[in-house]
Amino acid sequence: MISKEEVIHIAKLARLELTEKEIEKMQKDLSAILDYFNVLKKVPKLKNGKKNNLNTSLIRANKGIRRDGVGQKSSSLANNLVQSAPDKKEGYIKVKAVL
Amino acid sequence: MDILDLTIKQLHEGFLKKQFSSVEVTEAYLEQIEKKDKDIGAYLTITEKLAITQAKNADKIISSRKDFPLLCGLPCAIKDNILVEGEKCTAGSKILENYLAPYDATVIKKLKKDGAVILGKTNLDEFAMGASTENSAFKKTKNPNDLTRVPGGSSGGSAAAVLAKECCYALGTDTGGSIRQPASFCGVVGLKPTYGSVSRYGLVAFASSLDQAGPLAKNVEDVKIIFNVISGKDYLDATSVYYKFKESNKRIKGLKIGVPKEYFKKGIDKEVEKIIKNAIKKAEDNGAKIIEISLPNSDYALACYYILAPSEASANLARYDGIKYGFSEPAENLLGTYLKSRGNGFGPEVKRRIMLGTYSLSSGYYDAYYKKAQEVRRLIKEDFKKTFEKVDLIMGPTSPSPAFKIGERTDNPLSMYLADIYTVSVNLAGLPAISLPAGKIGKLPVGLQIIGNYFEENKILVVAGEMERMLKLT
Repeated sequence: MISKEEVIHIAKLARLELTEKEIEKMQKDLSAILDYFNVLKKVPKLKNGKKNNLNTSLIRANKGIRRDGVGQKSSSLANNLVQSAPDKKEGYIKVKAVL
Repeated sequence: MDILDLTIKQLHEGFLKKQFSSVEVTEAYLEQIEKKDKDIGAYLTITEKLAITQAKNADKIISSRKDFPLLCGLPCAIKDNILVEGEKCTAGSKILENYLAPYDATVIKKLKKDGAVILGKTNLDEFAMGASTENSAFKKTKNPNDLTRVPGGSSGGSAAAVLAKECCYALGTDTGGSIRQPASFCGVVGLKPTYGSVSRYGLVAFASSLDQAGPLAKNVEDVKIIFNVISGKDYLDATSVYYKFKESNKRIKGLKIGVPKEYFKKGIDKEVEKIIKNAIKKAEDNGAKIIEISLPNSDYALACYYILAPSEASANLARYDGIKYGFSEPAENLLGTYLKSRGNGFGPEVKRRIMLGTYSLSSGYYDAYYKKAQEVRRLIKEDFKKTFEKVDLIMGPTSPSPAFKIGERTDNPLSMYLADIYTVSVNLAGLPAISLPAGKIGKLPVGLQIIGNYFEENKILVVAGEMERMLKLT
């Protein structure tokens, strides 16, 4: 059973504000799901440590990496992107004080 | 014949013979949406202006050229986690309720280049997290076969729209089964392509090592046509691969079909089992060799998926912070903005998965969960690799049950996750798979899943086409 303190800690890491009711439900739901994950304890340990899962050989063969340069984009795109922000000023996105 | 029943090739023929125009076809679909969608709820946004403009442009092409793409002038529906420039893209979430797409996804660029007509954006589980479309922040989509039941998820809107004749075809996305399972629940055909064969640029990212966009349509041939248009290398998606589709010379006669014994052990509805075994028997009667195979790490696939996908999601959804776009809640300081915007913008399932992912990746738990799941993923891939040395294709059920009732599984998240038991392994391995209708339990369709080896969509599609013909003859 995951503790209430752990739920609060994880929620803070995830930058999620949860109500008291949500914390309780989250505790119940996560405990059940994490319990289910115990089935993985039955998996034998992998002999060699290779965990490579992406088809990287195919990606390398296809030269999947493009040149790291500035691409051409329409001039209106930058404007559209800034316009989507909830808080903006003179073509910049406004952010609260970081420090 | 009713315009709404016509396949892609039939509509294309109709345009060539000047039997009808793209505007007429588009208006017929818009009329059907007007009539049906208040009951079905497949669409979140209907892009009528865009559709008519595109249809008019398509008609100009059709009337001036003898040779135009198969998809030219054909109306389609797009899942609302795929960006269509200038239109709303909500991902089924309040946090993107009023977000307008600043650019087209690559798959949309490809469809537009061929003259496709976009009717609207379809409903989905929020951020593609779910198996019933009930997690949408906006509305529930009903299964057109039975309005008290779910259409499946997360591409439930797309599957329902195809079945209810509210579009000629649709695009969906599949991270753990989200194209195949709703295709199975609604009784349409859905293809999850090989990871890397379709660009993910312009998809609202959920789990980047698992997501793939793919087609849903009323038959296998239509799905094949759409797949050929949307697949291919894209320099904007480094995980996309150069793909050249070559027709397969394989046929059911002489085909080696693997049937995983683990898929019929427990948890599968008896009626579903009967229908699937019957379909496989038909293949055998037509000359296929049925080989019982074992995917011993299947038992771990669900746990593996529900660690890896939420972990990747916790990273991908970090961008929704109330700063650059989307829902933003005023607060005293920066941390407050994050906490409140995300706390109020995300729905319960999304929060649950972000929490699961954050937990699995956090210090002290990373080794036991995330690292372990990555090792299991490797084992699952190996199971399939060994199997494809012995068989051409794998056949089995898409989902352990037919469409369940709305509200039936919403209280117990784990029970909802179990709907994905046969589909998640395919995403974990990055393989291609299709679901096609194999039978019905009363009104409720049951899908047959055919899994192929990497980049062997050609084999899957030709066999699925044969199966489709055989199954229709019953």
